[in-house]
Amino acid sequence: MTVRKNQAALTPEEKRAFTNALLELKRTGRYDRFVTTHNGFIMSDTDSGDRVGHRSPSFLPWHRRFLLEFEAALQAVDASVSIPYWDWTADRTTRSSLWAADFLGGTGRARDGQVMDGPFAYATGKWEVTVRVDGRNYLRRALGEGVAQLPTKAEVDAVLAMPVYDMAPWNSSSNGFRNNLEGWRGANLHNRVHVWVGGQMATGVSPNDPVFWMHHAFIDKLWADWQAKHPQSPYLPAAGTANVVDLRDTMRPWNDVTPADMLDHRRFYAFDAEPAAAASQR
Amino acid sequence: MNKITRRQALGTTAGALTVLGIAGATAHAAATDSRAATTPAGTVDEVYQGRRIQIAPGTGGGHHGGHHSPGLPTVRIDGRELHVMQNADGTWISVVNHYETFADPTSLARAAVRELQGSQLAPMQMGGMA
Ligand SMILES: [Cu+2]
Ligand SMILES: [Cu+2]
Repeated sequence: MTVRKNQAALTPEEKRAFTNALLELKRTGRYDRFVTTHNGFIMSDTDSGDRVGHRSPSFLPWHRRFLLEFEAALQAVDASVSIPYWDWTADRTTRSSLWAADFLGGTGRARDGQVMDGPFAYATGKWEVTVRVDGRNYLRRALGEGVAQLPTKAEVDAVLAMPVYDMAPWNSSSNGFRNNLEGWRGANLHNRVHVWVGGQMATGVSPNDPVFWMHHAFIDKLWADWQAKHPQSPYLPAAGTANVVDLRDTMRPWNDVTPADMLDHRRFYAFDAEPAAAASQR
Repeated sequence: MNKITRRQALGTTAGALTVLGIAGATAHAAATDSRAATTPAGTVDEVYQGRRIQIAPGTGGGHHGGHHSPGLPTVRIDGRELHVMQNADGTWISVVNHYETFADPTSLARAAVRELQGSQLAPMQMGGMA
């Protein structure tokens, strides 16, 4: 059974296995296809039209499925690997071990934002950015420059307290848990973290930065935490909603998976710290 | 957020700037502005930090009152198109600043210029499946 761990608790061997698997997916071209898929959805998901991956109720199940597919690709390289999660309410400075040279490397240099250390620095020759929105082919970051502070635990807790999953009009103007977690409304959680990292993470091709997976693994965990807090609150909408993925509608690009299939993460993996209320339900 | 007033922008690009129409923030008001008769509201052609920003307003539903589904404007930086999107609350995002909202297409384009640090936009691509 796959166990997703807090990145701060990984051993040096686990960090090395994870980064090596990333480099191998990159080498074979498999990695870049995930970046392409993500950007395709980023550009086509709109508030007034069809929306699947973002700014819609299926933001959470879509990214859960996307991460599952990516994790399976990693495990085809090294079966011991799982996607760690980055709890940015706890590891919230540029001095976090997350950004050390033995893991993701640090922020970009002032001149051009280029990441200069770690396994994903351009000079290693192993991490060329090929799916991109501009001419720059090196990984960039500007930690803490686009916005000064990562979300706090108190801000997360306030969003986790929201009892309704999502609300009409089911887009970036909605109230409810999903849109407050995604960040188009309220304190701004998920979106703000993309902006805090900067570089490619602030763009449609954000999966070019490996921290993408660890950020979304934590967003995914917050969904599980929310379910544990609100066991009576269902995914919404249930049925018959134009342009939106209802509970039992299939999601592109897979077309064989529905939000209902994604509701229980324990079918696929566990977290190192499972929410207590959920554990007691089993 | 990156809020640069039009006055500041004029100051930073003195001599090079030509604003043919009205900066995006005032696009709605422009429908009643006399200048709108000669230059379509929302049209921008300016040099910002050495980059040429051109904004052509969207067509289709572009008449006054068509705010609910206006055609998207075409935003170009040095001739290359920037993928932009309007949020339900009227704010804007682009593919290079995708998780941060801007009040109007002009501030969005200027933010893209700052983000690009001189780099050229890649040709727009849609779709692609893993
Ligand atoms: Cu995404
Ligand atoms: Cu994201």
